[in-house]
Amino acid sequence: MLNMLRWLPDGYGGVSSYAGDIDAVFRFIYWLTFAIFWLVTILMVVFLYRYHYREGDTRRATYTHGNTALELIWTIIPAIVFVGIWFVSKTTWADIKGQSPPPDVEVRITAKQFGWTFAYPGPDRLFDTTDDKTDKELNVPVNKVVRVHLRSDDVIHSFFVPSFRLKQDAVPGREIQVWFKATKPGRYELPCAELCGPGHSGMVGWVNVYSEAEYQKWIQKLWQPS
Amino acid sequence: MSESRGAAHVEHHREGFIRHYIFSLDHKMIGRQFLFAGLFMLVIGGLLAMMVRWQLGFPGTPLPLTGLVPDEFWENQNWLPSMRAGVVSSEVYNMLFTMHATIMIFFVVMPIMVGGFGNFLIPISIGANDMAFPVLNMLSFWTAVPAVILMILSFFVPGGAAGGGWTSYAPLSAVSKYAQTGGEWGVHLWCISLFILGFSSLMGSINYITTLINMRAPGMTWFRLPLVIWSLFIVAVLLLLALPVLTSALAMLLFDRMFGTHFFIPEGGGEPLLWQHLFWFFGHPEVYILVLPAMGITSEILPVFVRKPIFGYRAMVFSMIAIAFLSWVVWGHHMFQSGMNPALGTAFMLTTMFIAVPSAIKTFNWLGTLWGGKITFPSPMLFSLGFVSLFTIGGLSGIFMASTPVDIFIHDTYYIVAHIHYVVAGIIFGVFAGLYFWFPKIFGRMMNERLGKIHFWLTFLFFNLTFFPMHFLGVGGHMRRIYNPMDYKFLEPFYGMNTFITVAALCLGASQIFFVINFIWSLFAGPRATENPWRANTLEWDAPSPPPHGNFLTPPVVYRGPYEFSSPEVEEDWLPQSRRLEITAGGGGH
Repeated sequence: MLNMLRWLPDGYGGVSSYAGDIDAVFRFIYWLTFAIFWLVTILMVVFLYRYHYREGDTRRATYTHGNTALELIWTIIPAIVFVGIWFVSKTTWADIKGQSPPPDVEVRITAKQFGWTFAYPGPDRLFDTTDDKTDKELNVPVNKVVRVHLRSDDVIHSFFVPSFRLKQDAVPGREIQVWFKATKPGRYELPCAELCGPGHSGMVGWVNVYSEAEYQKWIQKLWQPS
Repeated sequence: MSESRGAAHVEHHREGFIRHYIFSLDHKMIGRQFLFAGLFMLVIGGLLAMMVRWQLGFPGTPLPLTGLVPDEFWENQNWLPSMRAGVVSSEVYNMLFTMHATIMIFFVVMPIMVGGFGNFLIPISIGANDMAFPVLNMLSFWTAVPAVILMILSFFVPGGAAGGGWTSYAPLSAVSKYAQTGGEWGVHLWCISLFILGFSSLMGSINYITTLINMRAPGMTWFRLPLVIWSLFIVAVLLLLALPVLTSALAMLLFDRMFGTHFFIPEGGGEPLLWQHLFWFFGHPEVYILVLPAMGITSEILPVFVRKPIFGYRAMVFSMIAIAFLSWVVWGHHMFQSGMNPALGTAFMLTTMFIAVPSAIKTFNWLGTLWGGKITFPSPMLFSLGFVSLFTIGGLSGIFMASTPVDIFIHDTYYIVAHIHYVVAGIIFGVFAGLYFWFPKIFGRMMNERLGKIHFWLTFLFFNLTFFPMHFLGVGGHMRRIYNPMDYKFLEPFYGMNTFITVAALCLGASQIFFVINFIWSLFAGPRATENPWRANTLEWDAPSPPPHGNFLTPPVVYRGPYEFSSPEVEEDWLPQSRRLEITAGGGGH
C-alpha cells in the first residue's frame, strides 16, 4: 500500500526501452515528496498537540514575528531540491522527446474521430509510394527502434501507450515524430488520451509487439501479391 | 475623490428596498450578492460532479430518481441528446464535466473569493467607508448576472451545453460538427457568457486596485495590510492582466465558430496550439487567482486562533508577489505533450520548479505560526488547517507533472484530476474557513459550532477518500474525461476503485447538508454577534456587526500591523490595529 508505483501498467519498468527511466524519475520524486509530506504533516500534528489550549491554561503564546535564518533555510533548500529534480528530469526528457535514434522501422499513424490508422511504407521505406500498406493495428518488431509519424485528420487526439509510458498529442495540420523501442512481445492497448468528442471514450487501438520471426510472418502476409 | 477618506460618513439615510438589496452601491451588500450567487452555483456545480461520478462508478445505470420521470419525457427532448431512460450518454457526460469545471472555477470560486470576500473585506479592512467607484462596483455584479443566466440557459438549447472540456481545445471547440452534440449554441453561449464575465472581473479589479492604493486609513502602510488584503490586491492585478487574454481568445474562438475565420483551424492556415498558448497564458495565472485568496484567508485565520503573530509576514508577502510574477512564465507546463518544441518543455519545467519555492515558503511559515502558540480549534481554524494540509498534498503532487518525463505518462490521466482537486477543490476549505470566520461580521449572527465541526470532519474525511485514490488511478494510466472506464482492458483492476470513489463523492456531497442547515439557520436565528467575537486585530472587527453603510462610527487610525497577538505591550493577548497606546503615541513617526 505504501508504494503506489505497483499500479503502473505492466509493472515498474514497463515494456519499452525508456519506460524504466521514466519510472525511475517517478520513483525518485515519489519517495522525495513522500518524505516531505510526512515531515510537514508530523510537524503540524506535533505542534497542534503540543501547543493546543487546555482548560485553565494560563501561559502566553510566544511573541515572535519570524526568523530570518529559518526563512533562508526553507527558501534555499527547496530551491536546491527543485532544481535537482529539474536536472534529473531533463536528460530523460531529451532522450525521449528530443532527436530520435536512427529508426529500424517507420510507421505513419493517423488519428481520426474515433480511431487510428496505421500506414507502413513498405519495402522501399518511403511513404506515399505505391507499395504503402495500411492496417488496423500497429505491428512492430521487439527490440527495434520504431519511428512514428503522427498526424490527425480532424481534432487533437493523443497517442498513448500506457505500457510504453509514451504519450504524444496528434495535432491536425502538423506531423509530429516520436519513437519507441518495445522490449517485450505482446499485445498492448493504445487509447486516445485527449478529449476528442463524443466517441473519445472507447477510441482504442492495439499495438502488437512481435518477435522477429512473427514480425517477418506479418510482413509476408501484408505484402504478399494478391 | 480622496475627500471621502477623512470625512465622517456615518449618517444613516434610509434607502429604498431596491437601492438597498438589488442595485446596491454598498460594497458589503455587493459582496453578499456575489456570495449568494456563488453559493447557488456551488450547488449546481456540485450536482454535476455527482452525476459525473455516478456514470464512472456505475456505468450505464440510470441516475438516481430518474425512475420518477415518465419515459415520454426522454423521447421529446432535443436538448439532452440520446439520454434514454435517465442513463448518462457520452455526449451528456462530456457536457457534465465541462460545465462542472466551468461553473466551479468561474461561477463559484471567483465570485465567492474575489467578488464576495474581496468586496466585503477590502474597504472595511483598510478603514475605508466604501470602494473608490461604488457605481462601477454595482455594475460589476450586474454584468456577472447575464453571464450566469446565459451559462445556465446553455443547458437548455438544442444539443445541450458545451462539451469540449473547460479548456475547450480547438479545433474540437472551433468547429461545431466535431463535437456532434446536435446543436451549436451550447458552445456559442459558453463563449459569450465567459466573454461577458471577463468584463465583470475587469471592473472589479480596477476598483479593488484603485481603492487599495488611494483609500487606506491614516497609518495603514502597505506592510500593515492584512495578508488576505495583500492576496486580493495581487489577485486584482493578475485579473486585470490575465482576463483580457481569455476574453480576446474567446472572441477569436467565437469568430471561428460563427463568422468563418480560421484562427485555430488548420484547414484555413490556423494553428490549434495558438488556442492552448492563449488559454494557458490566461489559465495559469488563473490558478493562482483562485488559490491566493485561500492562502490569504488561511494566513488571516491562523494567527487569530494560535494567538500569535503570523510567522514571517514579509516572507508571506514577497512569496505571493513572487508567485504572481512567476505565474506568467509557467503556462507551457500544460503543453508538454502538445507538440510544442521539447526544448521549450525543458525551460518551462525549470520555471515551474521555481514557482514551487514560494509555495513551500508559505507552508513552512504556516507551520512556524503554529509553533509556540496557544491553539484553539473552532470551525474557521479547522477549515484553515484542512486547507494547509490539502494544499501540501496538492502542491507536492504538482511536482510529478512538472517533471517532463513523468508528465509524458501521467499527463491527461487521473493523476492530474487528483492534483487539480487537491488544489482547486481544496480552495473550498478556504471558502468555508472564511465563511465561518467572517459570517458574524457579514450577517451579524454566529454560526453553530457543533454543526461546523461535524461539517468539517465529514468533509475532510470524504474529500480525501474521494480524491486520494485518484492518484492510484493515474499511476495505472486511467485517462481523464473518459465516459466509460470499462471500454479499456488495462483499466480492469480499477473498476472497483471507481465505484469506491463514487460512493465517497456522494457522501462528500451529502456532508454539505450540515453546512446548508447551519448557514440558513444561523442567517435567521443564530445568536447575535458582538463586534469582535474572535478577539481579532484587524479593522473590520472595530465596526459593528453587521457594519452600517459607511462602515465605521468613527474613522479608524492605524498604529500597527494586523497580527499583534500576545504582545508584551498589553495585558490582553490581542492588540487591535486601531488601538492607540499612550506609550507609542509619544513616539510619533508612524
